[in-house]
Amino acid sequence: MKATVLVRPKPGILDPQGDAVESALEHLGFAVSGARVGKVVDLEVTATDPAEARAQVEKMCEQLLANPLIESYEIELVE
Amino acid sequence: MSDKPRVGVVTYPGSQDDRDALWALAALDAEAVPVWHADAELPELDAVVLPGGFSYGDYLRCGAIARFSPVTRAVIDFANDGGVVLGICNGFQILCEAGLLPGVLLRNASLRFVCRDVQLRVERDDLPFTSRCTAGQTLVIPVKHGDGRYVPPPELDPAQVVLRYLDNPNGSVDDIAGVCNENGNVMGLMPHPEHAVDALLGSDHGALILASLVGAASARSGDALTSP
Repeated sequence: MKATVLVRPKPGILDPQGDAVESALEHLGFAVSGARVGKVVDLEVTATDPAEARAQVEKMCEQLLANPLIESYEIELVE
Repeated sequence: MSDKPRVGVVTYPGSQDDRDALWALAALDAEAVPVWHADAELPELDAVVLPGGFSYGDYLRCGAIARFSPVTRAVIDFANDGGVVLGICNGFQILCEAGLLPGVLLRNASLRFVCRDVQLRVERDDLPFTSRCTAGQTLVIPVKHGDGRYVPPPELDPAQVVLRYLDNPNGSVDDIAGVCNENGNVMGLMPHPEHAVDALLGSDHGALILASLVGAASARSGDALTSP
């Protein structure tokens, strides 16, 4: 089963990358605000049961993929 | 075996400052012992240094992968048994990711790699890492990092702050440059004391921190010799 993990900087955590992207977009003439840069992790788990797969990916997020102090995560499963 | 205290320096894939750390510790009269990342057990050691660099390419987050290497698990056990552990730069990031130190280090607020001498205020002189310093003293030690912005957990006890920047180079919260754990046997700092042990190279203030560590290791080594 395929899973996509979205990792985002938590609100309130200074995100200079987001600020830099926002300012570059402004230079290009776009009216934007609130740009934040996170990351995407695509992976495949051998579990076929969605609940089991989700539980495994959640553990991965807690142990490695995200740092709970500064990042939140969201899991999407693709069957 | 010599009577010198044995201080291990871990080499991860991507470590850079391991050799400087070994050299500096030897210059300060320790027996500097190289330790390999794949070793699941530490040799007989009185203290451990995790050096600077870019372990595992800084993939995912700085220090996030190194935290799971066999040697890091051994270092965690060593620290939990009261062993003295110092993390410098990438070593600091690894100790944070490993949960031995509170907080996390993020991209510099400027988004620029910063490489220069910084001034630091010593907040505590009662630790194995600062016994040769005086609280309130100003140290000049170089930093060189792109990810040094320290973000503490909300519950951080201010007493765990060991060093503060006088001229914050990276946007660290509360100017924090170095912190210790609650027990005071684990410390991490972004500046590089191993690059500042000879006045010929600009400053020898880093030697105060490393000599404190060697002194603490020496006391531990002495304890081991006198215990039955």
